[in-house]
Amino acid sequence: MIYLQLFLSFFKIGLFGFGGGLAILSLIQMEVEQYGWMSQQEFVDIVAVSQVTPGPIGINCATYVGYTTAGFWGSVLATTAIVLPSLIIMLSICKAYFWLNKRFQGNPYFEQTLRMLRFTVLGLIASAALLLMKPTTFIDPVSWIIFAVVAIMTILPKSFASHPILLILLSGLAGYLIYR
Amino acid sequence: MFWQLFYTYLKIGTFTIGGGYAMLPLIQREVVDRRGWIDEEEFLNMIALAQAAPGLIAVNSAIFIGWRIGGWRGVCGAVLGAVLPSFVIILAIAMIFSEWKELPAVEAVFKGVRPAVVALIAAPLFKMAKTAVGKRGRLLPLLLSLAAALLIWLGHVNPVWVILATIILTLVAVDIKERRRK
Repeated sequence: MIYLQLFLSFFKIGLFGFGGGLAILSLIQMEVEQYGWMSQQEFVDIVAVSQVTPGPIGINCATYVGYTTAGFWGSVLATTAIVLPSLIIMLSICKAYFWLNKRFQGNPYFEQTLRMLRFTVLGLIASAALLLMKPTTFIDPVSWIIFAVVAIMTILPKSFASHPILLILLSGLAGYLIYR
Repeated sequence: MFWQLFYTYLKIGTFTIGGGYAMLPLIQREVVDRRGWIDEEEFLNMIALAQAAPGLIAVNSAIFIGWRIGGWRGVCGAVLGAVLPSFVIILAIAMIFSEWKELPAVEAVFKGVRPAVVALIAAPLFKMAKTAVGKRGRLLPLLLSLAAALLIWLGHVNPVWVILATIILTLVAVDIKERRRK
C-alpha cells in the first residue's frame, strides 16, 4: 500500500509541478505532511542537502522520501513517479512543437495561461517559505539573524557571498559554533 | 546515440548544484556549443517549453533534446543520465543521514542551516516578481500570487487546486475576450 501511495503522491507532484524546483516544494510539503512521511525539520534538512548536492531538487526529495519511507525500491518508485508525467506531457509537447513548427507562440490561450501561471508560481514559492516559518525551524533570535543575513546576501546585487552553496555552508558553520 | 546522450546528461547532472536553472548554462555549453545538436534559437525555445510543461526543468530539457536527437532511445538515455547522479548521491546520503541525524554536532549544523534554507526559498521571489511583472508594469496579477500564497499557507489548500484554478480561470477569461473581439 505504501508503494501505491508513494507512486500516486509523486506522480501528482510531477504532474502539477509547474515552475521548477522551488515551486514544487510546497507540493512536496503538502503530500509529505498529509501522510506523515517525515517531520517538518527533516523536510527542511533535505531541502538544504538538495541545495548543496548535484541534481534537481525534485529528484533529490523524491529519492530521499522514497528511501526513508519504503527503502531502496521506494526511492526507485518515487523517482520514477515524479519523472513519468514529464515524460508523457513533454513528449506530447515536443511532438506538437515539431509538428506545428513552433506555432505555439502567439496563441493567446497558450501564452496567457503561461503568463498567469508565472504569478501563481510566485505564490507557491512564497507559501513554501511561509509554511516553514515555524518554531521548529526558527528556534530562537539567532535563527532570525541567520535568516535576515542570508536573505540580504541573496538580494543584494553585488554581495561577496550570494551563492546558495556558500551561504548554506556558512550558516551550517554558524550553527555548529553557536548550538554545539 | 543512447550512450552519447546518456554521457552528456550524466555530466550535466553531476556537475550542477542547485537545480534546474543552474543547469541551463551547462546544458547550453554541452548541447549547443560542443555537440552542436541544436542551435541557439532552438535552445531558447526549448527553455520556454521546458518551463511551460509541468515537472522538473532539467528532466524536461533532457526529454526535448533526447527526442530531437535520438527519438525514444535518446529520451531514455538523456533522462537516465540527468536523474542518475542525484539519485545515487541522495540514496547514499539518506542511508548515512538516518544514522547521523541524532548526533549533536549534525543537529547543531542543521539548526543553523534551516533558517538559511527558508531565506534561500524566499529571497529569489523579488527578482522573479520583477521578471513576471515585466516592463509593462502591470501589478494587478500580483494579487493572484498573493491569493495563491494565502490559500496554501493559511487555508491549507493543496497547491494542485490553485494551479488548476489558475489554468481554468485564465482560459475562460481569454475565451470571453476573444469572443468579444469577434
